[in-house]
Amino acid sequence: MRVVKQIGFIMTKLHKKQQLITFEQLPKTPTGITGLDEITGGGLPNGRPTLICGEAGCGKTLMSLEFIVRGATEFNEPGVFMAFEEKADELASNVASLGFDLIKLQDDKKLRLDHVHIDRSEIEETGEYDLEGLFIRLGFAIDSIGAKRVVLDTLENLFSGLSNQIILRAELRRLFTFLKEKGVTAIITGEKGDGSSLTRQGLEEYVSDCVILLDHRVINQISTRRLRVVKYRGTQHGTNEYPFLIDEDGISVLPVTSLRLEKEVSSERISSGIPSLDSMFGGKGFFQGSSILVSGTAGTGKTSIAASFANEVCGNKKRCLYFAFEEAPKQILRNMKSINLDLQKHIDNGLLEFHASRPTLYGIEMHLVAIYKIIKRFKPAAVILDPITNLITVGSVSEVKSMLIRLIDFLQDEQITVMFTALSLNTVVSEQTDEGVSSLVDTWLLVRDIESNGERNRGLYIMKSRGMSHSNQVREFTITDKGLSLVDVYLGPDGVLTGSAREAQKLREKTGVALREFAITRKDKEILRRRMMLESKIASLQAEFESTEEELNKIYLEEELKQDIIERNRQEITDIRRGNADTLKSKSKRKK
Amino acid sequence: MELDEVIKYELRLYIAGKTAKSVTALTNLKKYCEEHLKGQYVIEVIDLLQQPQLAEGDQIFAIPTLVRKVPEPIRKIIGDLSNEEKVLVGLNIIPVSK
Repeated sequence: MRVVKQIGFIMTKLHKKQQLITFEQLPKTPTGITGLDEITGGGLPNGRPTLICGEAGCGKTLMSLEFIVRGATEFNEPGVFMAFEEKADELASNVASLGFDLIKLQDDKKLRLDHVHIDRSEIEETGEYDLEGLFIRLGFAIDSIGAKRVVLDTLENLFSGLSNQIILRAELRRLFTFLKEKGVTAIITGEKGDGSSLTRQGLEEYVSDCVILLDHRVINQISTRRLRVVKYRGTQHGTNEYPFLIDEDGISVLPVTSLRLEKEVSSERISSGIPSLDSMFGGKGFFQGSSILVSGTAGTGKTSIAASFANEVCGNKKRCLYFAFEEAPKQILRNMKSINLDLQKHIDNGLLEFHASRPTLYGIEMHLVAIYKIIKRFKPAAVILDPITNLITVGSVSEVKSMLIRLIDFLQDEQITVMFTALSLNTVVSEQTDEGVSSLVDTWLLVRDIESNGERNRGLYIMKSRGMSHSNQVREFTITDKGLSLVDVYLGPDGVLTGSAREAQKLREKTGVALREFAITRKDKEILRRRMMLESKIASLQAEFESTEEELNKIYLEEELKQDIIERNRQEITDIRRGNADTLKSKSKRKK
Repeated sequence: MELDEVIKYELRLYIAGKTAKSVTALTNLKKYCEEHLKGQYVIEVIDLLQQPQLAEGDQIFAIPTLVRKVPEPIRKIIGDLSNEEKVLVGLNIIPVSK
């Protein structure tokens, strides 16, 4: 009993300890860089140095500078930027294009730029020295504005300016201790070294808390910047390579690989813009926030379906984004006018936005980042990508697929309905689209050619539609100057007919019906006549029968009458013979 | 004319507190100057612990640093100045032959 109690006591103690551990989470400093805080689970380790390394021109300086600027502007944390490469005014003008006003921040005491100029030709080394001067400078800069953030860009320049490696390494170690003592969150940038080392001078030895690797790769003449958190002590972080984009708003990293499948779902339905198509989905259309794939061969009207969906969304006063990878917006507008879709008015109302770019403009990841950014800004209810097949020109199948997975994930998280169009390259009904996204999408419409009797017609059917009843019929899909509509395929005695064959069959049917109707009326008359004939026959026979009956009746009455008279006569004669008049009287009485 | 001759060298020594290295550097510097530039130099010692704001102006990062302000161009020598030859070459001083 006592033992049990003790064990219980130990267990509660252990439990308490565990709880304490989970409570003491690593404090983090948000960077304010779009996406980076999501990957790192809140930012960089607070009060510790972080190493950002990568090749020349991969965005190290910009990323660290953005960290300082965002800290000063968004989190009210002043920062010191110590530049070993660029002069302060050079830096200021370099980032002015990103909307960072370093001069003003400096005047507001939110930022301090310090350029450390190291020129080997001006320096002679004799004997022992240390980098106390640098420490004092840094310490002074930190204290003068109460800085919470520090960037040293690029510390390795010290190595090119000074020759005594032993002193340098010892001093570097002291520098990182100094930074930790100061309690500042620091970023140190370093050039990527040869081989497997992260930095040329092995800075990663000193910075052991958080290392972020930037990369700038050119594959098939298309460059993509990527970021990876190599290590981050004491916390969970995304381990993948994430693409990032440098544009007029600074850096945006895309934490596009969502690991969970825990998104909210909606059972609300939105119309496809084609009433007869809606009726194939039980009359209500697609689910809100679902993904729809329209695939088909060239010229089957995929863009028209997409455009009428866009028109419907905008018609309901919701926003729609249209990413065109093949046609210019003006071209789409003109073409859609021919089928009675006026998209221009939605653009004027600000409900519809076109973003047209050739896929080769930049890498596939960049497309994703760009799409992501535009969606975040525009907040649409529906997004159209037309066509995704073209993206394959800039990436491999698996890359396109992973991009689309991430895009679909993101869109579903945001409850945005997305419609893709995809071109199937072969005329044989491909059960799989080229991008292999068919398993990812919720609804898959297939538009295909039906070729017969020397003409080509479009047939549309629903390959799949998750979570709703849908028609299994192939419908003929017609594009007219009034819009799109679906016609029931004619199912005649000769099989499925479409197009003019269907019309011809309809005409034939009409003739047939007329002929039949005529035949029917003739037969009806015949019957009527027959009946009349029969009825008259019956009447004459009846009359004949009546006359015969009357004749027979007459004979019968005569017979009876005769009999009666004879009987009476015989009686009278008998009476007369007997002379018995009384009997005669009583007999006649009895008779009465 | 003689005055100009006298202030031919303006030297500035940056130190951070009275550390062994700083003391050595100052002693060495004084010795060399007395030897080779007698009467033609001014030495200004700046303790960055007291005046940290001055570090940025002369681009100081190592301690001790000797800066030759005059004559132009500015030259810097870092370290405890223990190598006489290097210091003299660095400051562009023609040694007075003994």
